[in-house]
Amino acid sequence: MKDGIEPELARKAWLGLLARSPATRVTGLMADRPAFDWLRAPEVGSTMVRGRAGGTGTPFNLGEITVTRCALRLPCGTVGHAYVQGRDRNHAEAAALVDALMQTDAAPRIRAAVLEPLEQEAGTRRQHRAAKAAATRVEFFTMVRGEDR
Amino acid sequence: MYVAVKGGERAIENAHAWLAEERRGDPGIAALTLEQIREQLSLAVNRVMAEGSLYDPDLAALAIKQARGDLIEAIFLIRAYRTTLPRFGGSVPVDTARMNCMRRISATFKDLPGGQVLGPTFDYTHRLLDFKLAADGQAPKAPTREAAPSHVPHVTEFLNREGLIEEAPADDTPPPDLTRAPLELPASRALRLQALARADEGFTLGMAYSTQRGYARNHAFVGELRIGTVPVEMDIPELGFSIEIGEIEVTECETVNQFKGSKTEPPQFTRGYGLVFGQTERKAISMALVDRALRWEELGEDNQGAPAQDAEFVLYHGDNIQATGFLEHIKLPHYVDFQSELELVRKLRREAGADTAGDVAE
Repeated sequence: MKDGIEPELARKAWLGLLARSPATRVTGLMADRPAFDWLRAPEVGSTMVRGRAGGTGTPFNLGEITVTRCALRLPCGTVGHAYVQGRDRNHAEAAALVDALMQTDAAPRIRAAVLEPLEQEAGTRRQHRAAKAAATRVEFFTMVRGEDR
Repeated sequence: MYVAVKGGERAIENAHAWLAEERRGDPGIAALTLEQIREQLSLAVNRVMAEGSLYDPDLAALAIKQARGDLIEAIFLIRAYRTTLPRFGGSVPVDTARMNCMRRISATFKDLPGGQVLGPTFDYTHRLLDFKLAADGQAPKAPTREAAPSHVPHVTEFLNREGLIEEAPADDTPPPDLTRAPLELPASRALRLQALARADEGFTLGMAYSTQRGYARNHAFVGELRIGTVPVEMDIPELGFSIEIGEIEVTECETVNQFKGSKTEPPQFTRGYGLVFGQTERKAISMALVDRALRWEELGEDNQGAPAQDAEFVLYHGDNIQATGFLEHIKLPHYVDFQSELELVRKLRREAGADTAGDVAE
């Protein structure tokens, strides 16, 4: 993975997508699972989320989120990691498997079967919210005032 | 003084059984599911996440159900659960300029890039009870308008261009964490913001309101209020780079406050900041007002002796779990304490020659 910034960016993108996606979707799309060994069995913990004073200034601790992480190895030796939001161990397992398989010859199949649907659904959700928000955008107009007549 | 006493076990067990029965209510009525609480009482869920200081809507829904809707009890449950979790690390500070906004308004600028987006707000509702809701749960479909998701710049950026508002330059000081080290004074702004983000909404609101009524008045305008989702990113040592580990909904409020200038600062607008988990705008605005009031010293303002300027007062009394813990413990058995008080009062009365009507029954 260290042979360039490109594969690292791609991996970063799919790990993020898997973490943000609903657990039921990730586990549902990754129902067919190959054999693997645990390097670190799924573990539920937390991450302290930080903000910045004034949005851009000094960092401060806002509060924690629940996170589940795990690491596993395929028979071929490829290692998959996952950090996913929430407390669903199955979600973490499915995400780590996707991460591992995406580094193998199975990548095109996994991309089409798991990542693309997740990406599309996330895009639709985002789009739908943006469209509802846009409908509540205020269109100001100025009334004709008496002295203008 | 505390001594061990026994004898309450059966009464306690039976009380808990009755509590469980009362929690369920009339068994002829369908039980609430966690999904129903999460989806239909989402603002209660948001408050429990914010003040419980743990973002997990399913857990907050469970806590609300278990607490029979007592939100402070639910926050207590979340805080207790939180302490059982191993901490994997701290996130990269969330970038609220990249927020996917569902709501974004400014009270200071009418026409601003990105516009005034109202979102699903109670504002402008007539606050009349809607009896249609009692009859059925049908919701109208929210209208949509074609739009590309985009990021909108912060309002303060416009004022920054003219140098009219104080800047908030980025730094990377690791923030202090009051969940790891006891709160000590003087508290840095980072520590104050953490305490305020998880402080009781009612307390924070009362403090903020006091500044508006003239106690440390600082003339706040809501420069910007935005609600939306931001990704949470964390460095993962085993990967050697950072990844997004989730996405949270937050409310951010930036106030723009009048400032005459001081010995060190020119006249310009100053800022208060509020950032809270979930859709929690009353709390976020309150937080920003109290944050601004607490900044009097660094801005070279006068100490007017107002409660909202007193960091010790605000920070030590704003946490509803600490407060309720201490407040409610006085209802637990204090028989021995009280016995000694009783003895003392009797003695004093005897000495004063006042004790003629006989003792209090023992």
